[in-house]
Parts: sequence; structure tokens; C-alpha cells
Amino acid sequence: MTRSRKALGLLVAIPLALIACTQVPAAAPAAPAAPVEVTREVEVTRIVEVTVAAPADAAAAAPTSTPAPAAPAAPSGFGETLKAIKARDKLICGVNSQVPGFGFVDSAGAFSGFDIDYCKALAAAIFNDVNKIEYRPLTAEQRFAALQSGEIDVLIRNTTWTLTRDTDNGSNFVATTFYDGQGIMVPKDANITKLEDLDGATICVQKGTTTELNLADQMAARNIQYTPAVFEDANGTFGAYAEGRCDAVTTDKSGLVSRRSVLPDPENHVILDVTLSKEPLGPMVRHGDDQWFDIVQWTVFATFAAEEFGITSENVDSVIASDTRPEVKRLLGADEKVDLGAKLGLSKDWAANVIKAVGNYGEIYDRNLGPNTKTAIPRGINSLYTNGGLLYAPPFR
Amino acid sequence: MANVPLPPATSPPRPNRAFWRDDRFIQFAAQFIVLAIVAGLLFLAFRNMADSLARQGIALGFGFLENAAGFDIGESLIRYANTDTFSRALLVGLLNTLLVSVLGIILATLLGIVVGIARLSGNWLVNRLAWLFIELMRNVPLLVLLIFIYTAFFLKLPRARQAISLGPLYLSNRGVAIPWGEPTETWPIYLYILIAAVGLAILAATGLRLWQERSGRPKPIVLPTLFVLLGIAGIGWLVLPQPPLQVTTPEIAAFNFKGGLVLTPEFMALLLGLVIYTAAFIGEIVRAGIQAVPKGQVEAARALGLSGRRTLQLVVFPQALRVIVPPLTSQYLNLTKNSSLAVAIGYPDLFAISGTIINQTGRAVEMIAIVMAVYLSVSLLTSVAMNWYNRRVRLVER
Repeated sequence: MTRSRKALGLLVAIPLALIACTQVPAAAPAAPAAPVEVTREVEVTRIVEVTVAAPADAAAAAPTSTPAPAAPAAPSGFGETLKAIKARDKLICGVNSQVPGFGFVDSAGAFSGFDIDYCKALAAAIFNDVNKIEYRPLTAEQRFAALQSGEIDVLIRNTTWTLTRDTDNGSNFVATTFYDGQGIMVPKDANITKLEDLDGATICVQKGTTTELNLADQMAARNIQYTPAVFEDANGTFGAYAEGRCDAVTTDKSGLVSRRSVLPDPENHVILDVTLSKEPLGPMVRHGDDQWFDIVQWTVFATFAAEEFGITSENVDSVIASDTRPEVKRLLGADEKVDLGAKLGLSKDWAANVIKAVGNYGEIYDRNLGPNTKTAIPRGINSLYTNGGLLYAPPFR
Repeated sequence: MANVPLPPATSPPRPNRAFWRDDRFIQFAAQFIVLAIVAGLLFLAFRNMADSLARQGIALGFGFLENAAGFDIGESLIRYANTDTFSRALLVGLLNTLLVSVLGIILATLLGIVVGIARLSGNWLVNRLAWLFIELMRNVPLLVLLIFIYTAFFLKLPRARQAISLGPLYLSNRGVAIPWGEPTETWPIYLYILIAAVGLAILAATGLRLWQERSGRPKPIVLPTLFVLLGIAGIGWLVLPQPPLQVTTPEIAAFNFKGGLVLTPEFMALLLGLVIYTAAFIGEIVRAGIQAVPKGQVEAARALGLSGRRTLQLVVFPQALRVIVPPLTSQYLNLTKNSSLAVAIGYPDLFAISGTIINQTGRAVEMIAIVMAVYLSVSLLTSVAMNWYNRRVRLVER
């Protein structure tokens, strides 16, 4: 008797629950996702149908009605990311915390590195304040999900630009900030000079990276047998290599240089003179917000252009005051008639703020990877196109 | 729903109360509300996910599983190359999970029984040691235990060239190298002989048990059965023109060991961690089960003239099992699920491989769904098997 009544209850409850719930979201602020068709009379003789995305009042109401800072998920429609960043008054930057020179957290908990400086550049462009950043250290495996879900605004974590990541991951690369190539590091006393010497070896590699795939490709192409030992993060990978769990370790050459600097015996390890792949590294943003894409992209370009024009963090004020080159004036917001910042939804002096805060590309490079650092990497193709490198900013116009 | 009139014949006479004070209505309404809330939350979560995926232009689908995986896997029970599909890579991961789980369950049970019995030992030292083991192992988080075993023990072993040699066994930070049989041409034939041997051994055991029941006297069962099994297997081995297995012993080669079987430090650390962690719990379960058998049962068995071993075998253990099996099932399920911690030490189990696939394809929702479904299926199958066993050992009530 009781059982049959319960079953009856279930039967009644399920459809009722479904009906009840289909009505809930209509009232919730999830609605702005749907475009609203508005018929507007433009001229007396013509009626034009205009599709207006997300009514402004609904979108504006959303942040005030749901202030919960616990769920910082940023929406991803046009302009939504910048709006969300400004509303929360800080940029959330997904970074690496284990690769010195690129993204590293020191014993005091401070982040530093090449990628970190680009987070700061963005914060300077938006807030003119490099402290309004929350760094989210992510493993290689976590990074794309964190970007997809809106947990971070931008991913600047030595990530290689590939077609699949540009499409299937629901995210876009905006520019290459560092042209890298995959290398292999071995102990000096192992007498290994080329890939073929590694036949039968165990090679440490970090999980979920392009290096894992390139290694498989290159070894298969050369018909070299090897065993991968795959680890979750850079610390695990290089820790196992340092203990001799593997005969070699592979990652981007910049990563090898950087991690070698923190091995117990850096002088006993050599990086082979082979390059397994192209590894263009750069920031990534979510699909769906072209304004935010442009902001990140042109902030990167601003650092290239600044180096090209000879603008540094030290001379930027005098350049603003005295330089007469039109493009320089447009870039720095010194031209009275042109406001490039407004086109990005930023202040007029956004680029000047970026350069004041972190300097031009050359300064960022030297600070983190220059000859006086522990992680010195020759600039090579990461030079301006005028010096035979690949860095080239489109016109600021 | 509230207006459904109850047939007067079945409802006992009661004062004319408002329907919302009726117990039956309150029960029904409470269930309905809880169900509606749960369904609503699930629906909202699903809608939220679908919305955000749609906004980013991501379509759900499982077609990507047939694309080439592109990455290599360190250890695999089946043939696998980086040109194989993602689904095959997942299968490699699943088999690795099953391998470590099955071995873990067997070893944890054996060690657990030993620890549980030791815990009841009258010998002070044995008793205290078992107590120490249990309290130490079950009060350290498994993840910490695994990382400790891996980094502080296996990675600290000497390098391959200076491997510790224990007879034909080598211990190094490349793993444990043991002699291993490589199947030769006659192996498939030998497989049939083995099957025949097992079949005959089962027949012999059944026959002996029937004889024992009919005669009413204890007869030897285990030894003759083993004799049949090993005898046929041994004769088969000798009769074949070529031994079915070519035993190879590990030797130190240029980089790693050649020959034999190398159990990687990741596998060993995971297995060892799972076994000692779970054995600590199983030990307590075994002790509880044995102590749950009333003392009078043992005394009665002794009064009937049964020896100590026969008392354990015929009286104590069968009754202890019905207390032991249900919590033991939970421990088996825990062990299987805990094997996903392999990801922390680099053993390529199902969860680790799926993580790699998520990262290479961006298909987080699909992969997590698959992984959840697989773990659920494995756990449910384990439960079904253990429940069947539980019904067999349950006290038959008369």
C-alpha cells in the first residue's frame, strides 16, 4: 500500500517538477543570452529589422542582482569580460607558477616572469594599476577548462598555439609573445648528442602538453623506441628527472633553460641541439568576446611597437611630451584628435600606462630572460622584424 | 493531488481533519518537494552548462573518440601506439586501472586478514605491531601516503646501473625488475592444457566433497586437488616439444633493463599504497567479524571435539564472514575508486589518460561523463559480485 502510493507520488511529481522548473530560468537572469528582436522605425518610408543583442538594462542588472564574489564566472558576450573585470575591480589571470622566468611564485608568494608581466600589462591597460590582479596558478591540464568555464579572464601560461586549441577548446590565441621550440635535456655524462642516441630510453614529459604529442610524433618518425614517463606538473616531471627516473626530459627549450636553473646541479645537464617542433607561446581568451580579444591582442602589440619606436618605461613621459611622430602620438594617446583607447573600451592613455608599468617588449624580455638573469635565453627569433626576428606589430591607426 | 479521495473502506475512521494535517499528505508533499528541488537543481545545472557551451560554440559529441590519440603511454597491457584512437587509449587506461585494482584487492584482502588476526593475537608484540600498522596507515591521507611511497622510497632507490640485486630481482628507481616468461609458439596449446587441468581439479574437488559428505568423515580435499592441478600442468609442460614460456631474467642494458618484466615505480607505489592503506581498514573489519562470533560457539565446537583449525574453518569463519562481507565490499569499491589518485604519481590509469585526452581535445564534459560512467559500472559490477557472495555466506535462518 505504502509502496504503491510512493510510486504514484513519483509519477505525479516528475512532470510537475519539470513544469515548475522550465518556468524558473525564464525569470532568472540567464535570459540575456537570447537576442531580442526589435522592430524599429528608422525612416518614414522604410522599416528595418534590427537585432539587438542583450537588452542593456537586463545585462546591467545582472552584476548588481548577483554580486556573489564566490562565483567569478565571467560572461563571454561582446564587451562582457571587460565589464566583469571592472565590476570586480581586478583582473583574474591564469598563470604558471613553476617555470622560473615565465611564471614562477617565489618563497614569499610573489609572482614573477615574462608571462606575469603580460598580466601586469593588461592590468595597467585597464586599471593603470598592476596590483589589481589575482593570479590563478594552473597546471597544464587545468588551464583550458579554467578558461572555458570563465574562472579566469585570460590565460597567459606559456601555452602553444595550435589549431585544435584555437577551435575545439572554445578559446582563441591572440598573439605570439614568445617563439619557442621543443628541446630535450639530458645529463652531461650520458654521452647523448642526438635523438637516435635515446633509443630504448625513458623520457620524462609533462601531461597534456603539445610536447607530449610532438615527442610521440618525432620518435615515431625516426623509429626510435622510448618509454614516456608522464607527470602531472613541471615540478613532478623535473623532480623525477633529477632523481634519475628518466634518461632525458623534454619540454619547450625556454622551459628547459628555466627549469635547469633550479635543478640541484644545473652544470651537469645539457640541452641537445635538436628542435622537435615549433612552439609559439601566447595569451588565450575565450570565444565570444571580440572586444576582450582585441584588448589583449593590442596590449601585446603595444609592447612590440614601443620597442620599435624606442619607447621605454623610463623615457615614456618625455616621449609623450616631445615626440612628433604621428603613430607614436596615436599609440601613447598624445594626439588630440585620435583616441585609439576608446575603440578598445579603454582610456586614451592605456598604452602609455602599459609601457610605464612593464616597459616595452625588450624590457620585459631582459627583466625575465635577459643575459643577467638565471634563466638567460638568447633572443634569437624573438627580436623585432627590423633585427631579423619575428616580432611585428600592425599599425596603430 | 490533494483532492484524491481515499476509499473509506481502507482508511481507518478518523476525525475530520484538514487535508494538510493528514500524515499521508504531509509525507507525500515532503517527498514531492524534495524531488522537485533536486530535479530543478539538476535541470538548472544542465541548462547552465548547455548555455555556456553554446555561447562558446562548443558542440557536444563523442565522434572525437575515433581520432588518433597522438600521445604515447608508458605502460600498457595491450598493444598501443600513438596512432591508435582516443578510445583505445582510454581502454589502455581502463585496463591499467583494473590491473591495479584487482591485484590491490587480492593483496589487501590477504594482508588485511593477517593484520586482523594478528590484532587478536595473544602475543603482545604481534598484537601491538598490528595495532600500530592499522592506526598509522588508516590515519594518513592516501594521497600523502602515495606521494611519500613514490618520492621518498621508489625514486630514492639507486639508479639502474647501481640497482640492488636480490637474486634474480633488481630494485632501482626505474622500478622492480623480475624474471618473466615470454610466451613461445606452444603457449596457445599449453593454455588448453591449463584449462583442462583446472576443469579436472574442480571435478576432483567436487567428487571428494561428495565422498566426504556421504561418508560423514573428514577427507583430504585440498591436497589431492592441488596434486591434480599441478600434476597435469607439469606433465603438459614437459610433454610439449618446446617449453610454453621462455623465462627471461632482467639484465642492465644501455638505459633500462632488458628482458624480464619491469614493474614501474609508479605502478609499484600505487599498488603498495592502495594495499597497505586498504589492508588497515580490512584488518579492523576482520577483527570485528571474528569478535562478533559469540564465544559460546567456539566453546561448543571445542566440546564437540573439533581441533583449533577446524573450529576456525567450520564455525568461526563462516559466521564471521556474514559480518565481514558487507563492509569489505565498501573497501573494495574504495580501493577501485582510490586508484584514480594514480594521477598524482604519474601512473597511466583511466583518470590520468582521460585528463590527457581532455587537454588534447578540450572535450571536458564528454570525457568526465565517460569516466564517471566507467567507474560507476566497475563499482556496480563489484557490488553485484560481492552481494552475490554475501547471499551465499549469509546465515541460513531456519
